[in-house]
Amino acid sequence: MKILIVDDFSTMRRIIKNLLRDLGFTNTHEADDGVTALPMLKSGGFDFLVTDWNMPGMSGIDLLRAVRADDKLSTLPVLMVTAEAKRDQIIEAAQAGVNGYVVKPFTAQALKEKIEKIFERVG
Amino acid sequence: MASDSQLHQNEEFLSELKECAKLLTEKLQGDQFEEASQIIHAMLEARDRHIFNSVGRLTRGLHNAIVNFHVDADLSKEPPHIASSEIQDASNRLNYVIDLTQKAAEKTMDMVDEAAPIAMNLGQEASSLRDQWARLRNREMGPDEFRQLYHRMDDFLAQMAIGTEQLGRNLQEIILEQGFQDLTGQVLKRVIGLINDVEQDLVSLVRIAGQVEEITGLAPGVDKDTQTALLEKRKTEAEGPQINAATRADVVSGQDEVDDLLSSLGF
Repeated sequence: MKILIVDDFSTMRRIIKNLLRDLGFTNTHEADDGVTALPMLKSGGFDFLVTDWNMPGMSGIDLLRAVRADDKLSTLPVLMVTAEAKRDQIIEAAQAGVNGYVVKPFTAQALKEKIEKIFERVG
Repeated sequence: MASDSQLHQNEEFLSELKECAKLLTEKLQGDQFEEASQIIHAMLEARDRHIFNSVGRLTRGLHNAIVNFHVDADLSKEPPHIASSEIQDASNRLNYVIDLTQKAAEKTMDMVDEAAPIAMNLGQEASSLRDQWARLRNREMGPDEFRQLYHRMDDFLAQMAIGTEQLGRNLQEIILEQGFQDLTGQVLKRVIGLINDVEQDLVSLVRIAGQVEEITGLAPGVDKDTQTALLEKRKTEAEGPQINAATRADVVSGQDEVDDLLSSLGF
């Protein structure tokens, strides 16, 4: 499974990459903003998107909307991993079609559960 | 304080006006129109003088408040180019904090990445040796195998010594890297000080603006529609990590509450 990790902090990208590797997902790629992530997604081949919310160029919520609006990407499973914890934001993400929402700081267990849940629904 | 002397001036101006008003009423009642109009003239002059003095005082106050910002800017450019200022300084310091914490995090993770395989290998070898040792104890082992085990054990103990020494070094490195908290803490305290200073200065400016409005009789109009739109937008605006989640009703605390919220809405 080819996964794209999007976060403007390289430290967080490394942490998520390591956790995914521990779960057996070794085919991971990284982007530091929604702006750089979208073309990567459009050029195809990705099976899963893990993204932060707060990013300077294009935010995670806007990236999510762009993905859902694209014919080829609309069914791509998306997991948000973010520090944003306002109820209205969580609802907004759910309504925009996010498949899972993990709030920072998170445990390896939480990440694992959400990923399993997404793929048990999709798969 | 500047506002005290402003209050004093206002009081003096008011009592002057009251005196003139009394006198004006007298003259009008006595049909002394020329004298009455002279008094009106005097009242106008008093008002103009009052406005002039107040504006002068406000301008001085404004100047002082601005000087406190320590802003060194080239106003001829559009937008103005800021060469240096307290806020610039604060920004630079905060960027330093981001830099330092990132380096500490990376270095710590490097140390862990190095240590993890060492620990794992030692664990695996120990486990495998234990199985062999159990066979030996159950007398299931032949002399050749025993010799192999003998050498393997020797190697293992040597590996342990080297491996645990490396682990010890890495763990110590990790402790040292946490020193970033001291440096970043100092910088952050300084930035908090700078921000508080700037806030004080801004409050002075706001007060001065209020006094100008008082004198000129202007009051800011509140556009209800813009305000409502702004409040709606703020509801879903990103706020970054929550620091007082427990005290806010519109924020969740932790993954469990996120999951509860989503499942209660059918997601």
